[in-house]
Amino acid sequence: MDDVTTAEPLIVLDGVNKHFGPLHVLQDVSLSVGRGEVVVVIGPSGSGKSTLCRAINRLEPISSGTITFDGTPLPAEGKALARLRSEVGMVFQSFNLFAHKTILENVTLGPVKVRKEKPAAARERGLALLDRVGIANQADKYPAQLSGGQQQRAAIARALAMQPKAMLFDEPTSALDPEMVGEVLEVMTSLARDGMTMVVVTHEMGFARHAANRVIFMADGQLVEDAPPAEFFANPRSERAKDFLSKILTH
Amino acid sequence: MGEFLRVLTDNWTLYREGFTNTVQLFLIAAVGSLVLGTLLGAMRVSPVPALRAFGATYVNIVRNTPLTLVFAFLVFAVPKLDVNIDYFPSACIALTVYTAAFVCEVIRSGVNTVGTGQAEAARALGMSFAQVLTLIVLPQALRAMVPPMMSVFIAMLKNTTIAAGFSVLEAGAIPAYMAERGEPQFAVLLWITIGFLILILPLVALQRFLERKWRVAR
Repeated sequence: MDDVTTAEPLIVLDGVNKHFGPLHVLQDVSLSVGRGEVVVVIGPSGSGKSTLCRAINRLEPISSGTITFDGTPLPAEGKALARLRSEVGMVFQSFNLFAHKTILENVTLGPVKVRKEKPAAARERGLALLDRVGIANQADKYPAQLSGGQQQRAAIARALAMQPKAMLFDEPTSALDPEMVGEVLEVMTSLARDGMTMVVVTHEMGFARHAANRVIFMADGQLVEDAPPAEFFANPRSERAKDFLSKILTH
Repeated sequence: MGEFLRVLTDNWTLYREGFTNTVQLFLIAAVGSLVLGTLLGAMRVSPVPALRAFGATYVNIVRNTPLTLVFAFLVFAVPKLDVNIDYFPSACIALTVYTAAFVCEVIRSGVNTVGTGQAEAARALGMSFAQVLTLIVLPQALRAMVPPMMSVFIAMLKNTTIAAGFSVLEAGAIPAYMAERGEPQFAVLLWITIGFLILILPLVALQRFLERKWRVAR
């Protein structure tokens, strides 16, 4: 997992700024993520890490700066933006499964409606993906009938069904009961092992330690540190990172 | 009992004409307010601030105006602007304009029952605005909209009787005619009540049918 950073970067943020009214939530953030790289973004709440994650597929438009995905600047809107989004999988804190569709329909809807794939082919791949995340036996149930952990795994399968070039995870385990965190992290770890490019906003330091290539530490809208996990956890350079780690690691 | 039946059979033409006009008024205003209300509802959930403001202003003004006043505007005030409309079309317009404000709110609240997260997830998959609306938001919103929408239409069906005060011969105008004919008011009013029950029952059945058809799995 340590030999991936040499390739040409897939995601590049350059001088990105974002304002919410008077709040300057992203301040001149620059970052590049290589193909197959797993970048974990951590930081105190309100530090702008979720905004950063959501800016990459433009769910959150930015005020200035540029974001490039796979060599192309993010389109502002319309069909080009929709096409880009279809190449970037996104997993949300609150799962956001489509409540009126079965789990399998949730997974096949994107490929069939957006990619215009044949329903039979989408169904076959959908079932394989549900099997991969360990919920093949839940395919015909509705989201509300599943546990949080199962729902989040279904959401990961839904994103993977689009065969994305990268996956964004916005606090994927924060809404889960503690006993369900493990099953979701396990799926994410196996994805990372298989070479998926991932940007993960999380509070799971264990995941950051063993699955990340790099850890990004954000505070007050700024990208404060960018280091391999072993180095970051052993020797944080900034005071804010030291402070943050002391707060979360002592408990 | 014979006397009660006689009130209906002797005045069958009046009852028939009154209720025919009621049904016509209802159907025209139902379609009209559904179209206008949907447009207003779309404005209220749209990302364009000017449209949202227009929708909100319309609802706040019209919903807070008594229906009789809306009728009075159309029947008495509008002709002063040299616009000549008959009583019946005026009544249709008054009911449409008034009911649309309520339809708009039902649609807005229906759309709001579908979490923004689902729309966001759909956009993240690469769906277009139209796909997000037709595949994700509306199918779920419709289910939540059925019961309040039916209440709005049942209320409107009864509101048609206000047109009687503005020279439209609908069911609400029957009592006045019957009084002139010296018919017993108790029987007259009971027959009108029965008439409205008969009209409203299909609406209730429709509601039940739609609720079952769009049953929610949450």
